[in-house]
Amino acid sequence: MDFMKHHPKLTSFGALLIAFFLLVALVPQNEANYLWRFPSLIAWLPGWINDFAEFLMFDFMPVEIYDPDLEDYETSALLREITRGFSGAVLVLIEFIRELLIGGRKTIVFFTSWDFVSENPWAVWPALPWTVVTAGAVILGFALKGRGLALLAGVALTYISVFGQWEPAMQTLSFVLVAAPLSILLGLCLGVLAFKSRAVESALMPLLNVAQTMPHFSYLVPVTVFFGVGDHAGAIATVIFATPPMIRLTLLGMKKVPLEVVEAGMMSGCTNRQTLFRVIVPTARRDILIGVNQVIMQCLAMAVIASFIGAKGLGYNLLLALNGLRIGLALELGICIVLIAVVLDKLSLAWANKQTDYFADLSFGQRHVYLLVFLAVFVACVVLAVIGKLILGEGINYLYIIPHSKGITTEWFWQAGVDRMVENWYAGLQGFNRGLIVNVLQPMKKAYLAMPVSATFLLVMGVGYIVGGIRSALTVGSFLLFIALTEWWDRALITAYMASFGVIVSVSLGLILGSLCAQSQRASNIALLVCDTFQTFPSFIYLIPVIMLFGVTDTSVLMAVVIYATIPATRYTIEGIRNVPQHLLDAGMMSGVTKLQRWTKIELPLAFPHIMLGVNQTVIFALFMVIIGAMIGTEDLGQYILKALSDKQGIGNGLMLGLCVAFIGLTVDHLITRWAKDRSSQLGLN
Amino acid sequence: MALQSTDLKSEPVIKCTSVYKIFGDNADKMLRAANGKVDAKTFQDAGCVVGVNSASFEVYKGEMLVIMGLSGSGKSTLLRCISRLTETTAGDIHIDGEDLLAMNSKQLIELRRNKMGMVFQSFALLPHKTVLENIAFPLQVKGISTPDAMKRAKEMVDLVSLTGRETYYPRQLSGGQQQRVGIARSLAVEPDIWFLDEPFSALDPLIRKEMQDEFLRLQGVLNKTILFVTHDFAEALRLADRIAIMKDGVIEQLDTPANIVLNPATDYVRKFTEEVPREKVLKIKSVMDPIGDQTDFSDLTVSGDAIIETVAESILGEQKRVRVLDKNDNVVGSVHCAKMLHILFSHDDVPEARE
Repeated sequence: MDFMKHHPKLTSFGALLIAFFLLVALVPQNEANYLWRFPSLIAWLPGWINDFAEFLMFDFMPVEIYDPDLEDYETSALLREITRGFSGAVLVLIEFIRELLIGGRKTIVFFTSWDFVSENPWAVWPALPWTVVTAGAVILGFALKGRGLALLAGVALTYISVFGQWEPAMQTLSFVLVAAPLSILLGLCLGVLAFKSRAVESALMPLLNVAQTMPHFSYLVPVTVFFGVGDHAGAIATVIFATPPMIRLTLLGMKKVPLEVVEAGMMSGCTNRQTLFRVIVPTARRDILIGVNQVIMQCLAMAVIASFIGAKGLGYNLLLALNGLRIGLALELGICIVLIAVVLDKLSLAWANKQTDYFADLSFGQRHVYLLVFLAVFVACVVLAVIGKLILGEGINYLYIIPHSKGITTEWFWQAGVDRMVENWYAGLQGFNRGLIVNVLQPMKKAYLAMPVSATFLLVMGVGYIVGGIRSALTVGSFLLFIALTEWWDRALITAYMASFGVIVSVSLGLILGSLCAQSQRASNIALLVCDTFQTFPSFIYLIPVIMLFGVTDTSVLMAVVIYATIPATRYTIEGIRNVPQHLLDAGMMSGVTKLQRWTKIELPLAFPHIMLGVNQTVIFALFMVIIGAMIGTEDLGQYILKALSDKQGIGNGLMLGLCVAFIGLTVDHLITRWAKDRSSQLGLN
Repeated sequence: MALQSTDLKSEPVIKCTSVYKIFGDNADKMLRAANGKVDAKTFQDAGCVVGVNSASFEVYKGEMLVIMGLSGSGKSTLLRCISRLTETTAGDIHIDGEDLLAMNSKQLIELRRNKMGMVFQSFALLPHKTVLENIAFPLQVKGISTPDAMKRAKEMVDLVSLTGRETYYPRQLSGGQQQRVGIARSLAVEPDIWFLDEPFSALDPLIRKEMQDEFLRLQGVLNKTILFVTHDFAEALRLADRIAIMKDGVIEQLDTPANIVLNPATDYVRKFTEEVPREKVLKIKSVMDPIGDQTDFSDLTVSGDAIIETVAESILGEQKRVRVLDKNDNVVGSVHCAKMLHILFSHDDVPEARE
C-alpha cells in the first residue's frame, strides 16, 4: 500500500501491464473478432488518393496551352502544366551545371535546338578536365579556410577521379548543387514565415513532424506521379526531404535570438526588414548552419534513394553494385559519396564564417589573387589535357577525364577479403545468424504478431495517459487507429518488431559506450567526433559491411539498424552525462560515492531525460533503416512501399504506407518527448 | 555640473507626462476605469501588471538623469517606453518637442537613426560581426557607404580604447570590452540622446568602476542628454545630475543626488540613503550655509565642488566658519565645524541644506 502511494506512476504502469497481458491471453485469435484485429475500414483510401491525384493531374482546372510541336492549342490540366514547367526548370539547372562539369550538348540544345546540334557536329560543350575542377576546389578551400580544407578538397576529388568515378560523381554533384541551395532557400523562407506568423507556424509543425518521420521511399511515388521520372524528380524528392530540418532549425535559431539583440537592432534604426534579415537571421546563424549541414547530408543520403526514380550518378551505381553484391565497388562508391558530403559541408561552413578586411589597401591583383591563380591553373590544366590528348592519342587521356570504371580499383582486395571471411567464418557467422533468427527474432516476431489490437491500444494509450494525460492518450490513439484501420496492421507489427529489436540493442550499446566515454573529457570528444563522422554517412552505406558479413538476410538489416541507431544513443548519453552539473558530482564525491554509485545514483538519473531524447532519435533512425532494409528483402511495411514504387497506381499505397511508418515514429516520439520535458522541468534542468 | 530646470529656459529634450505602462490583455479598459488612480494590487488581481505608474519628468539638454530602482520597479520599462521599444499604455512623451507616441514607424526609424543611441545590459552585440562591423552597423543600416561607415567606426574604436581589436568577434572579448563595443555602437551615429540600460550591471566590480570612469570621461567630451538606468544606488550617486528613484512603477523621488541623500522623501528612499557615507558623496556646496551677514571667518577657504571627505579634517581644525568658493573664487557660502560633525556622525536629515 505504501509503495503504491509513493510511486503512483509505477503502480499504474504495473496495472497497465497486467491488463495488457490479460487481454493478450484472453482475446481469441479470430479474424472476425474486432478485439483481435480491426477491420480494414480505410482500405479504400489508397484508391481514392490515386483517383484524386489523377484528377488533379489530368482534369483539374483545364487550361488552353499552346503546343509549339503541334502548332495548336491543346487542353491540359493546370497543375500538370505547373509541375511540368517546374520540372523543366529544375532539369535545365541540373543539366547546365552537369554539362559545365562533364560536358554534353543538352544546354546548347536548350538555347538552340536538336537540329542545330545534329547539323553542327562541333556543337558539343567540352568537359572541364578533372584537374581544373580539382584545382578549383583546392583554391576555393584555401581561399575560404586555409591549407587544411584545400588538402581535404584536393584529396577527395583526386580520389574520385583516380578511382574512375568522375562522371557519376559529377552527376551527383550537379544534382546536389541544385537540390541543396533550393532546400536551403525554401527552408529559410518557410522558417522566417513561421517565425513571423504564429498561424503559419502552427500549420507547419504537424506537417514537419510527419515529413521528418516518413521514410524516404514514400516520397518517391507521389513525386513520380506529379513530376515524372529523371534527375529533376530525384532533386525534387530530395528537396522535399531535406527542407523540413532546415525549416525547423531556422525557426529554432530565430526563437533563441535574445530580445536585447533585436532591440539593439531596432535602436540602431533598422526597419522591420533590416531587423529580420540583418539582425535576427544572422544572429541565428549557428542553428541555421546546422540546418545547412543537415541539408547537405540529406541530399547525399538521398542520392541513392533518388536513383530509384531516375537520378543518375553515384547513387545509381551504388545501388547496382549492392544488387550485384559487389562489395568492394559499393565501398568505393560509398566513400565517394561521403567525401563529396564532407567537402561540401566544410566549404559551406567556411564560406559562412569568412571574414572581410576593410582597411587592407589592396591592388587589383591582390584582391583577385585567387581568381587569377585559378585562371592560370585553368589554362595550364587545359594545355596539359591537350598535350595528353596528343601523346596518348585514342587511349585514355588521364589528364582530361578518366572514364567511368577505367580508374584503379581495389575491388579485388575487398572481394578477396569477403571470400576469405566467408571461407573461414562461414560456419561461425551462419551459426550466429541462425541462432539469432531461431532463438530471438522468430519468437519476438511471433509475440508481436500474437498481440491483439485491443491490447496494443490499451498499452500505448495507457502509457500516453500516464505520461501526458487524456490529450496524449488520444493523440497516440489516433495515430494507432489510422494504422489499425489500414490493411497493413500485421506488416506494421513486423516493422515495429524489427525496429524495437534494433532500438533495444542500440540503446543498450549506446548507454554502455556513452557512459564509458563520458568518464573522461578526452574520450567524450573523440567519441562525439566519431559520431559526427558516422552521421555524415548516408544511411545506405551501412548496408555494405553487414551484407559482407551476413549476406542478404534479416540479420543484415538488423545489424545495419543497430550500427546506424547506436550513433544517436551514444551521442545523447555522452552529452547527457557530461551536462550533469559539476557541483552535483562534487557533492556526490564528498558524500563518498563509488564510481558505480556515481553512475547509477547521480549521472544516469540526471542525464536520463536527455538520454531519452537520444532514444527517440534512435527509434526514428531504426525505423528508417528497417524500411531501407526492405531493399535487401524484409517482409515489413518497407517492402510494400518498394512495391508501390514500381506501380503506376502506387501513389495511394506509397503515401499510406509512409504515413503508417511515420505514425509509428510519431507515437514513440510523442510519448518520449512529452515525458522527457516533464521530467527535465521536475529535475530543474534547462 | 548639476543643472536646475529653472536655469534653462529652453525646451526639455525629453518630456514625459503621466506615462503609464500596464501589461495585460485588458490594460486599456482597466486604466480608463481606474481614472488615473492606478493601484498595483487591484490591477494584479485582474491579471495586469503595472510597469510604469504615472511617470512625469523632464530631461534637459546635456543633463544626465539616472533612473534607479530594484528589479521589478519598472525602471527598464520606463526607458523602453521612452525609446519606444515597448508601446506606452497612456500618457505623453515628447522628444525635442515632437510627440513620440504619435510617430509612425518611418518617423520612429528616422529618429532612432539620427537622434538616439542605446546601450544594453547584456551588450546585445551581433555575434556574427566583428568589433568594427558591430560599431558600423547603425551607420550601414542608415545607408552610409561601407568605406565611410568603417572609417567612422574606426574612430569610435579609438574613442573607447579598443584599438587593435577591430577584427575580434564579441565572443573573443571580455565583458568590459564587449560593453565598450556596445557604447561605441550606440555613439556611432552621434545621437543627441543616449539611453543606457544597466550598462555596467553585468560586469565585475573593478571593471564596473573602470567603465564608470570611462563613461564620465566620454560624457565630459560629448555632453549628451542621458537617461541611465541602474539598480546600483552608489552608481547613481556617482554619475547622476539628477536621480529618479522608482518603486512599483512609481517615481518615489526625483532630485539631485545631494538632496536625495540629505532629504529622502519617503521611507523607501531613506533605506537606500541610510547606508550611504554622506562625506564620500556630498560636495561642500550641498551642505554650506548662506553667507548672510556674518563677517568672522577663518583664513581657510574650500572649493564648493570638493567632496566633503577630502576637506573635512581641515574644516574641523578651524574654530571659525570656513568660506566656500565657487569656480571663480567668489564666496558663495560658509560652513562651520559643528555642521561637519553633524554630517559625519549623525544620520538625521540636514534640513537647511541646499545647493
